[in-house]
Amino acid sequence: MAVAGAVDIAYFPEATSATVKGPYDISLVEGSITTPHDAERIHTVRRLLYCGELIESHTLHVYMLHAPDFLGYPDVIQLAKDFPEVVKRALALKKIGNELVTLLGGREIHPINVRVGGFYRVPTKQELAPLIPKLEWARDAACETAPFTGTLSFPDFEQDYEYVALSHPDEYPFNEGRLVSNRGLDIAIREYEDHFVEEHVKYSNALHSSHKGTGAYFVGPLARYNLNVDKLSPLAQQAAQAAGLGRVCHNPFKSIIVRAVETAYACDEAIRIIKAYEAPPKPAVTVEPHAGTGYGCTEAPRGILYHRYRLDDHGTILDARIVPPTSQNQKIIERDLYHYVTQNLHLSEEQLTRECEQAIRNYDPCISCATHFLKLHIERE
Amino acid sequence: MAAQILVIGIGNLYRGDDGAGIIAARELKSRTCRQVRILELAGEGAALMDAWHAQDGAQPMVILIDAISSGAAPGTIFRLDAGEQPVPVSFFNYSTHAFSLAEAVELARVLGELPPHMIIYGIEGQNYAAGSALSAPVAQALPQLVQQLKREIDEMEASK
Repeated sequence: MAVAGAVDIAYFPEATSATVKGPYDISLVEGSITTPHDAERIHTVRRLLYCGELIESHTLHVYMLHAPDFLGYPDVIQLAKDFPEVVKRALALKKIGNELVTLLGGREIHPINVRVGGFYRVPTKQELAPLIPKLEWARDAACETAPFTGTLSFPDFEQDYEYVALSHPDEYPFNEGRLVSNRGLDIAIREYEDHFVEEHVKYSNALHSSHKGTGAYFVGPLARYNLNVDKLSPLAQQAAQAAGLGRVCHNPFKSIIVRAVETAYACDEAIRIIKAYEAPPKPAVTVEPHAGTGYGCTEAPRGILYHRYRLDDHGTILDARIVPPTSQNQKIIERDLYHYVTQNLHLSEEQLTRECEQAIRNYDPCISCATHFLKLHIERE
Repeated sequence: MAAQILVIGIGNLYRGDDGAGIIAARELKSRTCRQVRILELAGEGAALMDAWHAQDGAQPMVILIDAISSGAAPGTIFRLDAGEQPVPVSFFNYSTHAFSLAEAVELARVLGELPPHMIIYGIEGQNYAAGSALSAPVAQALPQLVQQLKREIDEMEASK
């Protein structure tokens, strides 16, 4: 958890882009200290970084972590023995995500080039242009993968969830928007802590997030898709259709299809951004610190990531709250396991352990790279 | 054309001892005048596989340096010949929460993409908390690690 939190902080660009009402109204709003056009161009570079991050993260999860579960292999190394071409294609796809993140973020993981107000350096149009043919290949490869994920065998496991994701009037959400749910939630990011709470539970070290009054809620690709499918590009919508994914899906195991569709979308969106790219005149807008509180929320590949910082007049952070997606999904993961085990008590312990690990990996939590992490023991009466 | 020697320092300079591989690679850079290519990488598996991938049909001779977390005394130096033995996954999984060095080596082996000469150096870390300082035992062991790496490069040169 600590590692995942640190990773996501490094990606988090919006710490100071929202304001509170009243006496704490702060002038850290990027749009207020630069022209809207320049701010929009920096927003576009962030969006491109997120495309790269999503390609990296989803490709890793779909092919290397989750596909072996569905196909009955203990890990990707064993899978590669029988399907070398599939794994090579996955590596090539991931490499393109890495290239994009390296160019924009300074290195392929844990980007160091992002800062308050934007970036330390932004690429030129010439630096980005060579990525277009690579991304076109990646987009086509991702579109071919989506139907493949649709042919996997899925447990019959539909649940009644509250999905929570960002929503934006013009785009599939990555860096901004309002927080919405399929049960009527529609709030500004700064209202997050009025509606959601993190709690200690007796039996776990992990904090559990809860929607006040209703409990468990679902964040991540499936939530993003269900709430924003109409914002996907036509090509990504076709990929979803070709994979047999409806416009709404309630089976968490099918998150692997959504990840494949989102990968195709991220390639498509990156191509669109690069073709229209104009480098911002300055890589970052100037930010003068003032006392106040800043709120932000982004869609990390695993789901919404909420940050809140309280600053003094010198810009020193007085206190901070970071809620990563994994802790927000904790309750849902446990509820899924409860229902899944209840439905499948006839299975052997070994089989059930494997399927429960697969069910946990639906959420791509930080532990999902640990191939065999679950200890399961059934007491039969 | 003789095989190129490629040294890859792996880690994160902002996570204490996790940066040891990068620091060792930088030391080598300042002290090695031969035609050795030295790279710094974060340790993401696909990027590693790409870095050691054959260029123009010639596979490089590779030395990897990473901090490890095996339970040994901090500062302990390990040397593994990837051609001779599999890499224990438990050794090299600290620095990323993703697809890391051990998986990359073993996946490359299965795909037939593992360079025939690959030596992996690990240095046991103590402190991986956010911050930039090496722990005392790792800092003390670093000169010895760099010496060993220089010897390793000499031997690779001689074997060309």
